[in-house]
Amino acid sequence: MIKVIFKNTESQTPGNITIRELITGMGLSPQSILAVKEGKLVSNETRLGNEGEIRLISVISGG
Amino acid sequence: MGVHRCRMCQADSVINMRQHRLALCEVHFVEWVEKMTLSFIKKQKMFEPEDRILVAVSGGKDSLSLWQILLKLGYQADGLYIDLGIDDGCDYSKRSGEYVRNFSQNISSEAQLHVLDLAGVYGKTVAEMAERRKGGRKKLCSVCGLVKRHEMNRVARELGYNVLATGHNLDDEAAVLFGNVLHWESEYLLRQSPVLPADGLGLVKKAKPLARFYERETAAYAIVCNIDYILDECPFSVGATSLRLKEVLNSMENNSSGTKLQFYFSFLRAKKDSQFPECKRSELSSCEKCGQATGAPGMCAFCRLV
Repeated sequence: MIKVIFKNTESQTPGNITIRELITGMGLSPQSILAVKEGKLVSNETRLGNEGEIRLISVISGG
Repeated sequence: MGVHRCRMCQADSVINMRQHRLALCEVHFVEWVEKMTLSFIKKQKMFEPEDRILVAVSGGKDSLSLWQILLKLGYQADGLYIDLGIDDGCDYSKRSGEYVRNFSQNISSEAQLHVLDLAGVYGKTVAEMAERRKGGRKKLCSVCGLVKRHEMNRVARELGYNVLATGHNLDDEAAVLFGNVLHWESEYLLRQSPVLPADGLGLVKKAKPLARFYERETAAYAIVCNIDYILDECPFSVGATSLRLKEVLNSMENNSSGTKLQFYFSFLRAKKDSQFPECKRSELSSCEKCGQATGAPGMCAFCRLV
């Protein structure tokens, strides 16, 4: 399982999926999210392993 | 499909910009952003190396990235942080200011940071100012915009800067354009531009050097460059119209890459090619209190507010 951190909340997801699949599976837009793994930006096409941690960052701002 | 290779060096890419069909690694992405920013500044005739630029910094990804890029490109760029006094239980302005101060301490020693404390100068936070307006807190975002525009311009004039630069990205501009089209705000459409010249009524030249980048690209630049920025959104922006417009545009972008880029740049081309008939523009005059430009006789909207 992969630990997913998004907006100060943590969840678990099965590995072996791409970040794009993770983002869309959470009902989010790939346009509005970036993923950071071990402190490094990773592309949406990156396939997650079966363990570790991924941090999703919302890029949308405004008001 | 695996991770795309960087077009420049074949290493694993960290970002794939589908609208440009361009995937890049960290090093080449940073180079690309800075090169494209310089190219956009020159193409739009935003400013020259001898200009004194005041960058409006909020503690967010766009403005801090902009300040860093301008300094790296060799421009004379100082920062202005306006403490709006937004608290709402999360110390938002205070924390944003800390990000800006920390950032400014780690950049060029020649760059200065100016801080304006709204409550210190006018005795009211932006939320307190909004309460005086019809609509109160519901109108807070528009009051906040009004206050920031007025104060950024005032400080730039008083401190002798001839260009005011803001970190607006393409998503910001496309959302404004979308909103203006939906309401057929012809005067606003004519005025929307990545660069606005100074006028004789005290408005400093304004430039948006990041307006060619998607929001995810400015965020990616900040992350790759280890720029520590405030991730939280303004607590008052929940449900803001601009965010809803961005969601719609992103939904279209997901189905058809390049939609936002084409929407914004086709608009700029159409304006340049004079495809927009001139509509009657409001005559501007000087505010009788602060001297800045205003569309109505007497005092400007800011001076009426405070």
